[in-house]
Amino acid sequence: MTISPEKLEHILLTVTKPGRYVGGEYNAVHKNWDATPTRVCLAFPDVYELGMSNLGLAILYDVLNRLDDVLAERAYAPWPDMAAAMRANDLPLYSLESFRPLADFDLLGFSLPYEILYTNLLEMLDLAGLPLHSARRNARHPLIIAGGHATFNPEPVARFVDAFVIGDGEEAIVDVVRAVQRTQGAGRATQLAALAHIPGVYVPSLYTVSYNSDWTVKQVSAQNDAPLPIRRRIVATLPPPPTRQLVPNISTAHDRGVIEIQRGCIRGCRFCHAGVVTRPMRERPIAEVLDAAERILAQTGYHELALLSLSSSDYTHIDALVEALMERYADRHVSVALPSLRIDSFSVAMADALSRGRHSSFTFAPEAGTERLRHAINKDIPTAEVLNVARQVFQRGWRTVKLYFMIGLPGEEPADLAAIADLVAAVRAEGRQVHGRKVQVNVSLSTFVPKPHTPFQWAALPPIETIREKQDFLRRRLRGGGLKVSWNDPHMTLVEAFLSRGDRRLGAVVQRAWELGARFDAWDEQFDSAHWSAAFNDVMLNTGPFYFAHRQRPQAEILPWDHIDVGVSRAFLWRQWELGQQAQARPDCRTQCAGCGILTAFGDLWTPEWVCPPAP
Amino acid sequence: MKQRLRITYGVTGPLRYVSHLDQMQVWERTARRACIPLAYSAGFNPRPQMQIAAALPVGFAAEAEWLDVWLVEPLHPQAACDALRQVVPAGLPVVCVEEVALDEPPLQTRVCAAHYAVSVANPLPAADVEQRVAALLAADTLPRARRGRAYDLRPLIEQLSVTDASPERVVLEMRLAARPSATGRPEEVLSALGLADSFFAVTRKALFVEACP
Repeated sequence: MTISPEKLEHILLTVTKPGRYVGGEYNAVHKNWDATPTRVCLAFPDVYELGMSNLGLAILYDVLNRLDDVLAERAYAPWPDMAAAMRANDLPLYSLESFRPLADFDLLGFSLPYEILYTNLLEMLDLAGLPLHSARRNARHPLIIAGGHATFNPEPVARFVDAFVIGDGEEAIVDVVRAVQRTQGAGRATQLAALAHIPGVYVPSLYTVSYNSDWTVKQVSAQNDAPLPIRRRIVATLPPPPTRQLVPNISTAHDRGVIEIQRGCIRGCRFCHAGVVTRPMRERPIAEVLDAAERILAQTGYHELALLSLSSSDYTHIDALVEALMERYADRHVSVALPSLRIDSFSVAMADALSRGRHSSFTFAPEAGTERLRHAINKDIPTAEVLNVARQVFQRGWRTVKLYFMIGLPGEEPADLAAIADLVAAVRAEGRQVHGRKVQVNVSLSTFVPKPHTPFQWAALPPIETIREKQDFLRRRLRGGGLKVSWNDPHMTLVEAFLSRGDRRLGAVVQRAWELGARFDAWDEQFDSAHWSAAFNDVMLNTGPFYFAHRQRPQAEILPWDHIDVGVSRAFLWRQWELGQQAQARPDCRTQCAGCGILTAFGDLWTPEWVCPPAP
Repeated sequence: MKQRLRITYGVTGPLRYVSHLDQMQVWERTARRACIPLAYSAGFNPRPQMQIAAALPVGFAAEAEWLDVWLVEPLHPQAACDALRQVVPAGLPVVCVEEVALDEPPLQTRVCAAHYAVSVANPLPAADVEQRVAALLAADTLPRARRGRAYDLRPLIEQLSVTDASPERVVLEMRLAARPSATGRPEEVLSALGLADSFFAVTRKALFVEACP
């Protein structure tokens, strides 16, 4: 049964942006519900405008809808006004294609790209009328699976999710659907046991965690014959990119066609989570990118195309690709965006060619103020080069630059913070010299959050007061016309930090925070740290967030996510952590293989599209 | 600029909840998918040259809105119509496409009135509504305030009648002035009739323009 269209119509004009809740996007896939045996709803626990820009979900939507016996629909987290209206009118969370309640689907697949939206996962389950805990659900309920970058440490939400897909989802999601079909009617336990044997799938209820008296993890053990560790799933070759991309009717965060040109990164920045969990770097052949560009433009009508990757400048044929795109589309009013550029002359020249005279703003991310600290984080760019590139940016006509820095990095000293202010001043001076008048410099100071599976996974988040002192110091130093500084709420950073490296017990805190009203925690106007401190008080009085966030962890400690094997060895990560403490950089993967472990784990899948050398 | 085409289209279903600025974006993408050779403005941020006759409030359906688009290559209007129909999103039916003179004044300056059908749920007895309509039409002035500004609603109502009634709903049709300085709003008429507390759905059935000089 679909939800009542009258009920929906009655509330739509009482909420903000009703266009979020009515679907109708061009290229949305509407299959016959009754004639399709397996029904999946892909769910994104943040607002529609962000969810529509999520590439992972777009890929899975495409993959699943290509299967004749499967339909995939979508749902996003309703904004609090809509959630309240739905509850008041007994309207369950529904899919945007067939307007069916989520509870009617066989499988709900949640994308969890960042930790801070965990409370929205609970909000969506609750709005769907489903029990929050996996243990309380049975074969009558849809199976709840989750994937995405946050799930490389699945433990804080382990009690809510039936199965996680760890890693690339394109092939794994099909395996999951087939396993669900094979075990139809066999009961939830049989179903979960079958899922646990799919490579890359983690069924948390089949694992038991025990703890030491000091709260650290003692042991993770598998029940029956569930695999341990659980190795991440990867695709050997990037599958063709989706080209029938959904075209929203209301404007969204990144309202454009997207092509992933490569997955993985050769740089090995030590703070970077994505750079570890997407290894190895696999490139998409240039012909495939060009072919996809043509199809996407024809099938969507977009006039902007973004080439996505973690570091566009490192794509082998980037100059040839940019040239070909310019040649084809310069006269067709299509703009091409190339995010994540490195700080070098080559990248500036490329961005200039793509801008076709429209120099809105140029972004670069030195991340740290001194060369010493940039060595420590393995983002090895000399200060002179930053300034040299800034000069070229201004000379090519840009008047606005954005500079991204992180504060609170491991090994950061007061001199490193002062150097951020000096570097910003030097960049402004370059601008003044070139343009003869003030330029606009926007400085983003985000607070470093240690992430699982990175060389900095053992690091401590500085205390809130220290973070605030650092921010205040820089805000005092960074004043003046044409200078805009933004920073994070340290309390929000703290929530992100304990959710990132939490263990299974933290699930109770997540649930309590949600019960107390935490929703959309990444949104300044919705975030309230009181929900979280109260939640800790209510369920975990003895540790508080300190245990998860502010404690430097020793080498011997079993980390809550150690049973998730991303294919990068712990020994490599520890060595990088040590090199970081000695402020030593290492070459990128293309220059010299660092032996991170990927080839040991996945060498049998090697193809020439990998940047890694062939396995010995 | 080689040609100006006028698209007559409806707005239904999900497109009702899309603001008119976003609807313009929807039209640009639709035209691009249909390979309509749109003319673009010059400059660093080229915009397609399109004009709608009148913004449609969020929540309203429509049967015959107008959009003018300028093309760099002439196209047979029927061919454009067929191409657009292949690629419009759900809720944006194309009624017809005609060619108009390049030098015709912009539609926005010529729109003078709009015809609405308003379906009101669970109303009073039909006779009661009829009576209120008659009383409203008999009034010389209907002083009202909107966003803190006082105005007279009466001269903006050109026609008003009950066209359908059942125990569940009553349908009012109205022709209201729609000039830049004098625009009648269906919800204001409902409010003047004491019906604004019921759920209602509005369809703009037609726009009227003054003849070209």
